[in-house]
Amino acid sequence: MRPLTFRKLFFQCLFLLIILFFVVVVALKFGAVPVSLYALGRDLLRVLLGQSSQISSDYGLIIQNIRLPRIILGIIVGASLSVAGTSFQALLRNPLADPYVLGVSSGAALGAILSLIAEPHLALPPAFGALLTPLCAFVGAAITITAVYFLGRRQGQIDSNTLLLGGVITASFLSAVIVFLMSTVNSSNTRGMVFWLMGNLSTSFQKSIYWFLAAGFFIAAAVIYATANDLNILLSGEKEAMHLGVDVRRVRFVVYIAASLLTGLAVSVSGAVGYVGLIVPHVMRLIFGSDHRTLLPTAALGGAIAVVIADTLARIVVAPNELPVGAVTAVIGAPLFIYLLRRRLA
Amino acid sequence: MSPARSSAAPRVPPQSTRLGTEIRLAVEQVSYAYSANPSQAPLFTLEATSFQARPGEIVAILGPNASGKSTLLQLIAGVLNPLSGRILLNSSVIHSLSPRTRAQRIAMVQQESRLLFPARVWQFVLQGRHAHGGSLRFESKDDMQIAQNALMQVGAAELADRWMDQISGGEKQRVILARALAQQPLLLLLDEPTLHLDIAAQVGLLDALRRLCARNRYTVIVVTHELNLAAEYADQILLMQSGRCLRVGPPAAIYQRELLEQVFQVPLKVEMRGHGRPRVIILSDS
Repeated sequence: MRPLTFRKLFFQCLFLLIILFFVVVVALKFGAVPVSLYALGRDLLRVLLGQSSQISSDYGLIIQNIRLPRIILGIIVGASLSVAGTSFQALLRNPLADPYVLGVSSGAALGAILSLIAEPHLALPPAFGALLTPLCAFVGAAITITAVYFLGRRQGQIDSNTLLLGGVITASFLSAVIVFLMSTVNSSNTRGMVFWLMGNLSTSFQKSIYWFLAAGFFIAAAVIYATANDLNILLSGEKEAMHLGVDVRRVRFVVYIAASLLTGLAVSVSGAVGYVGLIVPHVMRLIFGSDHRTLLPTAALGGAIAVVIADTLARIVVAPNELPVGAVTAVIGAPLFIYLLRRRLA
Repeated sequence: MSPARSSAAPRVPPQSTRLGTEIRLAVEQVSYAYSANPSQAPLFTLEATSFQARPGEIVAILGPNASGKSTLLQLIAGVLNPLSGRILLNSSVIHSLSPRTRAQRIAMVQQESRLLFPARVWQFVLQGRHAHGGSLRFESKDDMQIAQNALMQVGAAELADRWMDQISGGEKQRVILARALAQQPLLLLLDEPTLHLDIAAQVGLLDALRRLCARNRYTVIVVTHELNLAAEYADQILLMQSGRCLRVGPPAAIYQRELLEQVFQVPLKVEMRGHGRPRVIILSDS
């Protein structure tokens, strides 16, 4: 009987943060201009300590303005998708739930595309215009998870196989709508079809967007983390949770909204990157256990690590060309999904 | 109406000294209707039901399937809202309590859903402490102590470090009871706790329950199909049939051949035993 302590949690997170640091250093190395790992590590520490002005070398600009923003984007997208996946798994009591598999990412992508198509006609102030896309992606995600939730219900109870099937079919339907929109609407700023369907981290944004994404992630993740104990108890069943003092309706509502927000944020900047929310929570459960007080922060860090690695692979496997990062995560994630599904049915 | 009066009338139960005098639980004219769809006629109704229970008392709810036993228990637990009437626990209305406050006062033991991810027995029992702390916090020494005590009280202390999916049905039922005890409730509700248990485990569980009930002054409401176990362990019996509460009273008053035959639709024989507790023998038709 050794309960979780803050100390234990702190060291688990520190361990993952150190891994993340080294992964980022290695990821920074790959690119057209060769730079030594030691110099990268030293310079990354300087950036983290707020002394980026001391980086004098000629490659500093490439690192700071090209490679690092893409990695930061990967960190935020990975952490968001992973926390969203963990939340959906707890709420739906289904270890195979993932924003991409359930169609939530496709719903968010559709919302984002619609906002990009509509934006030139709306004449919004530019500050609000930039926020419109993530907002619409969030609305798309929230509508989709609601629809899939009701598709997955049979006789008042969630049926996990019906839920997964409903999600996969919804994703397929929404992808078709996306392809239709992209083929018929002639708009210069909607990015490519592959971007939305497969996910890609190659777009660069204004600096303010990164701050906005990070703030959105921390708020939504904090809201979910505040229900960590409730989620632990929800895992043993909704009727049990009611008798154990969990306000099931409130927790369900709050966490669905926050998880949809995380999915919407990630998809609005990277498209539908799949399986991160499935693979990472599973690996973290194997290492650290299924207590959400540990699982949520470790899944966030693990998601960041996974997406940075996947994106680095996407950049170097077919160099000088690039793969969409979603292709890399799907190549690893889809077989794992099949494996977990088979094991669960056995 | 009449069942309420019969239970409120003074009587001398065998363990009159064990029971408190104050009323802890008062179910007042509670009714309920269930329909799949608001526009349709209800599929199931529970007619106005009343009874009272005191600290240290065990009340058994008996009746055939679909008689409304579990519905009544869910109403008392506060997870269903009554159509009319009210339920008071120490004079506060159960349905106006927040889920957290309710779980500090009422604990439920029922057939568990399958666990999604493996958990240790002690982690499972600690869930009972949830209502006593914030949603985001780490277990205190007190919580660990209370969980350990709860396991000890049901005779399952040695199971603490085992996995939930590696213990027997009887052990699991005791662990679930321990989780309910860790809630430190006033009211302990049990929905068919002896289902799927072998005879020794049934008697073991109910002996533990009676001992705990006497020591910690819980009010216990148990839904069961086991006529003889109810007669042996309960102070009060609530007899139900198709959504109606027929009688409330001590086992000796309720266990009458004609009444039980009419409710359960089987020929049977009732014997009165030395200590004032009846025994039912089911007679086969042949």
